[in-house]
Amino acid sequence: MKNRLSSSLKRLYIALIFIFLYAPIVTLIVLSFNASRTRAKWGGFTFKWYVSLFSNRDIMGALYTTLMIALISSAVATVMGVLTCIGLRFMRPGTRSFILGVTNIPMLNADIVTGISLMLLFLSMGMRFGFGTILLSHITFNIPYVILSIMPRMKNLNMSVYEAAMDLGASPMYAFIKVVMPELLPGILSGFLLAFTMSLDDFIITHFTKGAGIDTLSTKIYTEVKKGIKPEMYALSTIIFVTVLILLILVNKPDKNNKAKENTPSPIVIP
Amino acid sequence: MSKRLIELNNISKSFNGNLVLDELDLYIRENEFLTLLGPSGCGKTTTLRIIGGFETPDTGSVMFNGTDITSLPPNKRQLNTVFQKYALFTHMNIEDNIAFGLKIKGKSDKYIKDKIEYALRLVNLEGYGKRMPDSLSGGQQQRIAIARAIVNEPKVLLLDEPLGALDLKLRQDMQYELIRLKEELGITFVYVTHDQEEALTMSDTIVVMNQGYIQQIGTPEDIYNEPENAFVADFIGDSNIIDGIMLQDELVMFLGTKFPCVDTGFGTNKPVDVVIRPEDVILSPPERGSLNGVVTHLIFKGVHYEMEVQAGGYEWLVHSTTMYPVGAEVGLSVDPFNIQIMNKPASEDEEAVSIEE
Amino acid sequence: MKNKKDRTKLMSGPYLFWALAFIIIPLCMIFYYGLTDRSGAFTMQNIMSIATAEHSKALWLSIGLSLIATLICLLLGYPLAAILARMKNRSGIIVFIFILPMWMNFLLRTLAWQTLLEKTGVINSVLAALNLPSINIINTSYAIVLGMVYNFLPFMVLPLYNSLTRIDDNVLNAAADLGANGVQTFLKITLPLTIPGIISGITMVFVPALTTFVISKLLGGSKILLIGNVIEEQFTQTGNWHLGSGLSIVLMVFIIFNMVISAVFDKNGEGNVL
Repeated sequence: MKNRLSSSLKRLYIALIFIFLYAPIVTLIVLSFNASRTRAKWGGFTFKWYVSLFSNRDIMGALYTTLMIALISSAVATVMGVLTCIGLRFMRPGTRSFILGVTNIPMLNADIVTGISLMLLFLSMGMRFGFGTILLSHITFNIPYVILSIMPRMKNLNMSVYEAAMDLGASPMYAFIKVVMPELLPGILSGFLLAFTMSLDDFIITHFTKGAGIDTLSTKIYTEVKKGIKPEMYALSTIIFVTVLILLILVNKPDKNNKAKENTPSPIVIP
Repeated sequence: MSKRLIELNNISKSFNGNLVLDELDLYIRENEFLTLLGPSGCGKTTTLRIIGGFETPDTGSVMFNGTDITSLPPNKRQLNTVFQKYALFTHMNIEDNIAFGLKIKGKSDKYIKDKIEYALRLVNLEGYGKRMPDSLSGGQQQRIAIARAIVNEPKVLLLDEPLGALDLKLRQDMQYELIRLKEELGITFVYVTHDQEEALTMSDTIVVMNQGYIQQIGTPEDIYNEPENAFVADFIGDSNIIDGIMLQDELVMFLGTKFPCVDTGFGTNKPVDVVIRPEDVILSPPERGSLNGVVTHLIFKGVHYEMEVQAGGYEWLVHSTTMYPVGAEVGLSVDPFNIQIMNKPASEDEEAVSIEE
Repeated sequence: MKNKKDRTKLMSGPYLFWALAFIIIPLCMIFYYGLTDRSGAFTMQNIMSIATAEHSKALWLSIGLSLIATLICLLLGYPLAAILARMKNRSGIIVFIFILPMWMNFLLRTLAWQTLLEKTGVINSVLAALNLPSINIINTSYAIVLGMVYNFLPFMVLPLYNSLTRIDDNVLNAAADLGANGVQTFLKITLPLTIPGIISGITMVFVPALTTFVISKLLGGSKILLIGNVIEEQFTQTGNWHLGSGLSIVLMVFIIFNMVISAVFDKNGEGNVL
């Protein structure tokens, strides 16, 4: 009896947190179907923003920039992160923890400070602010997420399997690809996805390192705040959100125990 | 015999539809060292956790000293548990770990101090009070876990595979330590293990369990020498278990040969399982045994030789201090007293039927 | 073999160069700008300007609001993390709480609270329908705190969840076995064992809340200035990078203080988000 009461209290609590977290998201989805141009009042149900979205050059351009930045920066960060982790394994513990400490800085530091520091760097180097500076910044804050996703697996890696592979006649490269990589792969994948997500959701650092004439979705929204967000933006966000939702459900459903653990961006799912 | 301290009546428990304990009945006497022995998943740990109060049985009742404690939470029970992997509080030093239960009960500082000193002396770890659990070896942590439990003066100490994480030598030392502790404290120990040697060494009573049923309850000697079914025989030590037919009282036939034995009451021409311990097989030059065979494997084990002998269409396991080389022809015989006859289970299922005295 | 090891070490080379160029040097630049004036001469003026009424008011307000938000996150997040840690099939829920909302843009998510909180917004309509008094917190400090809690709650729950799942069930059983009731077990065992997670969660929420300029801009109207807004204006509007850097140095003092505390309490990295 007491158990049943406390378990329904727990469910209620989780439900309330869910409402808190998802109320704004539901609001945005509802707004994407709102025929009225202002978000203040409901003007009836419509699909028109979903149609006009694709002919809105500004938004499609920002989407393209956002995706390219996210894709390239997380790919570069992943490659560099993997190489770094392998190298770190062979370093003295002191050196290693120093480097990992430096790696932690962009994660623990405030985004505004990271953004400003990069802006000052690019300024003093006389770089032109644009796609390039955004990309460099995103790679910088993405690498730590990749390294921190791979490092735990690297630590647990049993080097004797690598040595066993070579003992059985494999070349170091072959042994690495066949034996070490599969062990690291879940960490690499989750690092990549985490970096991709972080890059996509970033506003602050992009805000300081972008130039005039280029926008990601975040900075585009920020400039629209005063004039009012274009309803197409709600439509686009809804499309992105629902796509990811469906993907997550697909990934989680068929093989709950394995795939969910390996593919979700957050390593916390790996108990 | 002393009185029954704990009684489990008709206990059933299932997890997610898997029946782990099925209508289990068991009593534990005062000052007894009782061991629940069985392979993993046999229900021994669940039984212990039900006694400790960490699980509630689906049906049945737990009686302690005559009162029903089935739904009493663990913090209200007069027994203490030594957990698998110790479960020490890593954020407290040894003294605070040991004092935990006493502080909860609101004992005086003086009393607590004396108790800590007494408990540390009892487990041979005087002077370790200020250390943190992480700085102790596995064996030392184990002793602290025991000290933490016994300062509360429980009537019963429950031990859940307490030596499982220790290496062999340490495990053997701790077995003697536990027997000594039991003698000094004069309380009841309920001990869970899958290690038959541990059970045989320490227990007054062994309860052999499999698949949620009690297979046999008895003294270590009973369990070893007179297993009641093939499971017990197989689980406790090595055995030759051979299909046979009980021709009449005190005469059994297996492998095409008649053997005199001491068992009676099985009826005539009844199919049975015949259990013979490897050390009870007597090897002799050929033609002087009841059966002839050939040695197929030989391993030196230190105290004795372990041989496999092909005889009568069965691969016999034999322990002997006399060595016969591989390929040698030998004769096999068995003292009638050492032939153990057991009823065959009527079906696969019945192998796990509870056999209560 | 030694040679091979050295060659393998070199694989970290590109990143070491990168970290130097894009993490360490940029931080040095902040110090350079913060400690010089436009002519390049050394000055403490930029840092000292935190003492002016306008700046110190913004700083104190930021500290106050972010402390409140952190406390609320802790009070909301601890029970949530505890419930999640005790659940069996939790991977799904965790993804939905922590990962999925991130795919709806951070600014839009925060903006949506405007729609929800407005005088004639969703929440007030619901309250009116239930004959309850309406709440008018949009463009106030309350709305900023709400926005902080909303955006940073996951950063509190994650480390708490990680340190809670690390506690062996039998340790809690042992406490009960030794006579402790639920409250005693929580106070003497669970709480002390989750201190690394609590500290880490506090750091993870406090730093972004202290330094935010977006949430205050979107939910606080234009009147409420946090220290983040002051700094951001120096860079994007006033163009006084020296002053902005100087104020950032002040901000970094708080951040570093925070990092040191979390390093002291969490030596084993137990409360790490990852």
